[in-house]
Amino acid sequence: MGKLLEINDLSVSFDIKGGLFLRTIGTITAVNKVSFTIDKGEILGVVGESGCGKSTLARLILRLVEPDSGSVLFNGTDVLKMSKKALRRQRRHMQMVFQDPYSAMDPRYTIFRSLIEPFQIQGVKLNHEERRKKIDDLLELVGLSSEHGSAYPHELSGGQKQRADIARALSLSPRFIILDEPTAALDVSVQAQIIKLLEGLRERLNLTFLFISHDLSLVSYFCDRVIIMYLGSIVENVSAHLIGKTACHPYTRALIASIFKTVPEENTATAALEGEVPSPFNLPSGCVFASRCKYVQSLCREQTPILKESPAGGQVACHFPLYN
Amino acid sequence: MTKYKHKPPWVVVLQRFSANKMGVIGTILIACLVIVALFAPLLEPYSYKEQNIAIANEPPSLNHIMGTDDFGRDLLSRTIRGARISFVVGVLSVLISVVIGLVIGSIAGFYGGVIDLVLTTIADLTWSMPAILIALLLVAIIGAGLESVVVAIGLSYWAQYARLVRGQILSLKSAVFIEATKSMGASDYVILFKHLLPNSLSPVIVAATIGIGNAIVLEATLGFLGMGAQPPTPSWGAMMSNGTAYLFISPWMIIFPGLAMMITVLGFNLFGDALIDIMDVKNKESS
Amino acid sequence: MSILQVKELQVTFVVDKKKVTPIENVSFEMNAGEVLGMVGETGSGKSLTAHAIMGLTSLVGGTIGGSITFKGRDLLLLSEKEMQSVRGSQIAFIPQNPMTSLDPVYRVGNQIVEGLCKQVKIGKRQAKQQVIELMGKLHIPKPDRVFQQYPHQLSGGLKQRIVIAMGLCANPSILIADEPTTALDVTVQAQIMLLFKEMTRTRNIGLFLITHDLGVIAQVCDKVAVMYAGTMVEFGKIREVFNSPRHPYTKALLQCIPHIGMEKGSLAAIFGNVPSVDTYPSGCRYHPRCSSSDSLCEESPPLLLQIESDSRVACHHYLGKKD
Repeated sequence: MGKLLEINDLSVSFDIKGGLFLRTIGTITAVNKVSFTIDKGEILGVVGESGCGKSTLARLILRLVEPDSGSVLFNGTDVLKMSKKALRRQRRHMQMVFQDPYSAMDPRYTIFRSLIEPFQIQGVKLNHEERRKKIDDLLELVGLSSEHGSAYPHELSGGQKQRADIARALSLSPRFIILDEPTAALDVSVQAQIIKLLEGLRERLNLTFLFISHDLSLVSYFCDRVIIMYLGSIVENVSAHLIGKTACHPYTRALIASIFKTVPEENTATAALEGEVPSPFNLPSGCVFASRCKYVQSLCREQTPILKESPAGGQVACHFPLYN
Repeated sequence: MTKYKHKPPWVVVLQRFSANKMGVIGTILIACLVIVALFAPLLEPYSYKEQNIAIANEPPSLNHIMGTDDFGRDLLSRTIRGARISFVVGVLSVLISVVIGLVIGSIAGFYGGVIDLVLTTIADLTWSMPAILIALLLVAIIGAGLESVVVAIGLSYWAQYARLVRGQILSLKSAVFIEATKSMGASDYVILFKHLLPNSLSPVIVAATIGIGNAIVLEATLGFLGMGAQPPTPSWGAMMSNGTAYLFISPWMIIFPGLAMMITVLGFNLFGDALIDIMDVKNKESS
Repeated sequence: MSILQVKELQVTFVVDKKKVTPIENVSFEMNAGEVLGMVGETGSGKSLTAHAIMGLTSLVGGTIGGSITFKGRDLLLLSEKEMQSVRGSQIAFIPQNPMTSLDPVYRVGNQIVEGLCKQVKIGKRQAKQQVIELMGKLHIPKPDRVFQQYPHQLSGGLKQRIVIAMGLCANPSILIADEPTTALDVTVQAQIMLLFKEMTRTRNIGLFLITHDLGVIAQVCDKVAVMYAGTMVEFGKIREVFNSPRHPYTKALLQCIPHIGMEKGSLAAIFGNVPSVDTYPSGCRYHPRCSSSDSLCEESPPLLLQIESDSRVACHHYLGKKD
């Protein structure tokens, strides 16, 4: 198992303009010096609340948004240094499944036409029969039938649309797929179907996933490892399955404590955190979580903690991690 | 296999359209105009330019249903020939406006930044001036005549379409399916021409339909001011302008071309309104 | 005694000359000081049930059958005018999205005061004092300051607290909350849900909580009604339903939910899709997705069986299985 993706010090910030003549009145640091790696065949989860930069991170990796600094090594080559032409070729290896299946496909295209588009874009020549065959295979792979190919997106249910979106991401046989909250808009019973489908696909096609979600329970089930983000920074990188036992960042702990379990006896859900995520506008120095942390000390407000190995087996960015 | 069978889009549009009474009336009015414009030479009972001073300013009669003008020309024949002028001017000038609008609007919306700022400012400046002023100015520069009227009207109305297209493209640009297309490695060409533009066309078509009505009115206005088609070519505006001198002697000189123009503009407006309704239905279904 | 009693509720609409029944066979009771959860997937009829209780379905052209008894009065027999005096003052509603239910051009405090004055005869100054007091009870920090602010100056969680204050200001007996935390972050959701639970107890009101989140139901509610495709499939005390679900749908739904530490590959899914109102199957509406359905389930819809005073289930196989 080698590294498929290596991300180093990736940062991006956006200037906020306002006032007369649109002066820059501040900056929003969306992603701040983020580094991590994904092994071949691994599922890495990214969890965080709104504004933590998880969706921007996905777009930086795919270079849909240009970063300010850092590098994204895919199989050893820096995606960020590629020419426009090379990047377009590279895109077939890295695909994305989007959160909202309702708007992920051109409403004027049938599913068939949406699925054939990646081949046309990448210049794959196919004759009529080959096309039919390819699309039928793709639809079958995601649990749809060839009749769904002639449907328009609005004629499919949410789950079916999400399957079609997955089929499109798979069309060019990518090795790496970013899943941006692929089940957030779906019902629980359908969510489970999609998760099981993704589990099966990874096994059959040897895929590597980056799975973005706000649902820690889902991530801990589906992923191998998980990174927790808060206001653009990684606060912890930890084994997904063992997160309940090994998490040692106060924020991760609070996220776990905020989960409403489906077992009535385990009356665990607590309002573990006061207040809300502060605005990412002109962040103060020090630890990003300091303003809401129960265990905050003066050091936390002065010095930004860096991500370092924790004895519990992961990485944590905290001056006073909770080992116990 | 029958679950997702679709009727061809034109059948769907036709079905929805036929359910809209006002739209049907509009269609009939436009169809009449088109037929009259197409077959004008066959429909005219007399030559539109043959003068006969002996029967000048005659009121409507069985021989001359709409009466005659100050040169004794048959008004019905002239109004029929005028339909041709109006229709051609309306369609061609709107075509010019739409093409300019599409190009400028999509460039501004797609590339944004300074390009957008410059193009939007130009469009806003054009838009803030009354179309008639621009048209007058242009006609004054390139000279009167039918061709210059078409160009002048085309150049007066493009800003409206440019703003429309720019707005559509701006809002569509951030749509998830555009991002998805980009992530597959699509070039700007594919994104703009296969996704953004086709998805922004419907409101442009609606605006263009209503725009034809406006263009016809502007042509008549220019004609009225003597800037349009030159005699003896009959344009409704010029005919009315001519009639003002005889307002109390032979009012039919104004009434009939005016009526023709009113009906034509009404037809295009009804048609356009029906289109808005139909497109709305489509949007509701796909959301 | 129960404060709200819904019996055999049925809502029908006529769409394109076809009769559709988005709600059928819904019966439950709610007590004061208790949280009743209604859980179900898209199109299960949760929100419509709430609208029926508020007397809003007839406004959109629906016909209601059955009875909704509130404090001894059948709400379905009231005139629209009588219903207006119940709505808001005695049965209050908290909508799904706090971002859009506040008017952006008014100070939030005045919006609550306005709501209060509509329901109760009270002076403006006194109303303001009461509202600030209520805001404090809802754990809004610095209520006097927040009172003067505009919606856009508040965070999502604070806005939702303001909306809750609007619902509570007239001292209603029943509060209906439709997915009140879907727009909020998880840590804030926890705060708001626990606040709901606390308010129900301290003010002795009945909270009717609609959600799709079984975790929220398990942690916040005392009783739960499980809805599927417009019918009630199960109703009962929270522990009974979650620990020994009687209906196959409830059971399957619980297995669809991942939790921390769960073994890989152990997640179950329910085959097929949630039907929409014009594609409801015959018989038991769940039968095409049910693993234990037979010909009886295909043919006739099961009755909502009362098992104990507080529990009901609608399944042909329930009695058979128990033996």
